[in-house]
Amino acid sequence: MNGIHDMGGMHGLGPVEIEKGEPVFHSDWEARVLALQLACNSLGKWNIDMARYARERIPPAEYLAATYYEKWLRGLEMLLVEQGLVTEKELEAGRAGSKAVGAVALRVSEVAPYLRNRRHARLDDDVPPKFEPGDRVLTHNNHSFGHTRLPRYARGRRGVIDRDHGVFIFADTHAMTRDKKPQHCYSVRFTARELWGSGASARDSVYLDLWDDHLDATPD
Amino acid sequence: MSDRDHPGEEHAHEDDRPLSGPALRAKALESLLVEKGLVDPKALDELIDTYETKVGPRNGARIVARAWVDPEYRRRLLEDATAAIAEFGFVGRQGEDMVVLEDTPKVRNLVVCTLCSCYPWPVLGLPPVWYKSAPYRARAVIDPRGVLKELGEEPPEDIEVRVWDSTAELRYLVLPERPAGTEGWSEEQLAEIVTRDSMIGVMQVKIPERGER
Repeated sequence: MNGIHDMGGMHGLGPVEIEKGEPVFHSDWEARVLALQLACNSLGKWNIDMARYARERIPPAEYLAATYYEKWLRGLEMLLVEQGLVTEKELEAGRAGSKAVGAVALRVSEVAPYLRNRRHARLDDDVPPKFEPGDRVLTHNNHSFGHTRLPRYARGRRGVIDRDHGVFIFADTHAMTRDKKPQHCYSVRFTARELWGSGASARDSVYLDLWDDHLDATPD
Repeated sequence: MSDRDHPGEEHAHEDDRPLSGPALRAKALESLLVEKGLVDPKALDELIDTYETKVGPRNGARIVARAWVDPEYRRRLLEDATAAIAEFGFVGRQGEDMVVLEDTPKVRNLVVCTLCSCYPWPVLGLPPVWYKSAPYRARAVIDPRGVLKELGEEPPEDIEVRVWDSTAELRYLVLPERPAGTEGWSEEQLAEIVTRDSMIGVMQVKIPERGER
């Protein structure tokens, strides 16, 4: 979706400011939100792409005004309601109407193994690649309402396949219908001038990780 | 660490001020989820402790230092970063598939996630606020030299800048250049001077001035 989250290339957002000696969390509630999100992820009711899509649907003005963990909190509330773990009514009241069924809370002893386990975004499926390193490609110019990992700034642009990462879950369908649609994911190199015009450095480039379904071969 | 030293204690009243805004909402959500049996507060404490005290940029610094002193390790790291990093036991969430980007006298690498906040947790911990901020996400791809200049290190015109937008589940770690003047240093000494920001690519590694550390 053409949401506010798709920020690459926007102007006017101010300087980048690095805080010296920054703590991991700036307040206690931020830590609780991170932990709540991870603990709820472990319930297995959604995947990471669905979680990203939830945060992308936060209304733009609210998204820009919110701090990072406020966005996580809002996204988590959306997921819990949408996946039926919590009702709107319970969320408003702050009281459980009933115990949850069919979901088991992450226990202390399970935390370390849970964090170390691979989520398997990479798949073993035997899918042939459509492209190989060195191939010239054109990205799709697709403005769907759904989740996509092809940002606006790189749509309809010409790039070169830099390397083939192998077969991965396709995030765009995984977020919407849980369809993994296994396919190759590549690092694709775009010159800064292809993306940003003749004012950009002739030397520089931007690399994006894109999937077969984002790309077409270009006629030379 | 000031207000974060006591993860097992009552969180709501630590500083004796009433909760408001997100703190209140987070507390309400936690209470609700505990009541529903969906989360165990002790597991939350453990999750927080992991990212506050066990996982952080010191992990990545050890990888970089090893690559600086051991050419064979460096080769393995650039060829199959996931496996080479796993040799240190750094594995798991948000680092399942790693790629290491090598800075050279001719090439500087810069990592961003324009769409959200993808970051290599097992080697760098949780991302700092600036990495997740709108200005960095917006500007790193369109004006990397401007960002680097603002942060104090504009690369010369003849250096190539490569920006890596983390749009899939690959996670990127920059292998910065080893600074001159560190010949003969031990791996541990080298790890001490490798900064988080150098492994994201916005700073180079320098020998700290006396008294700076």
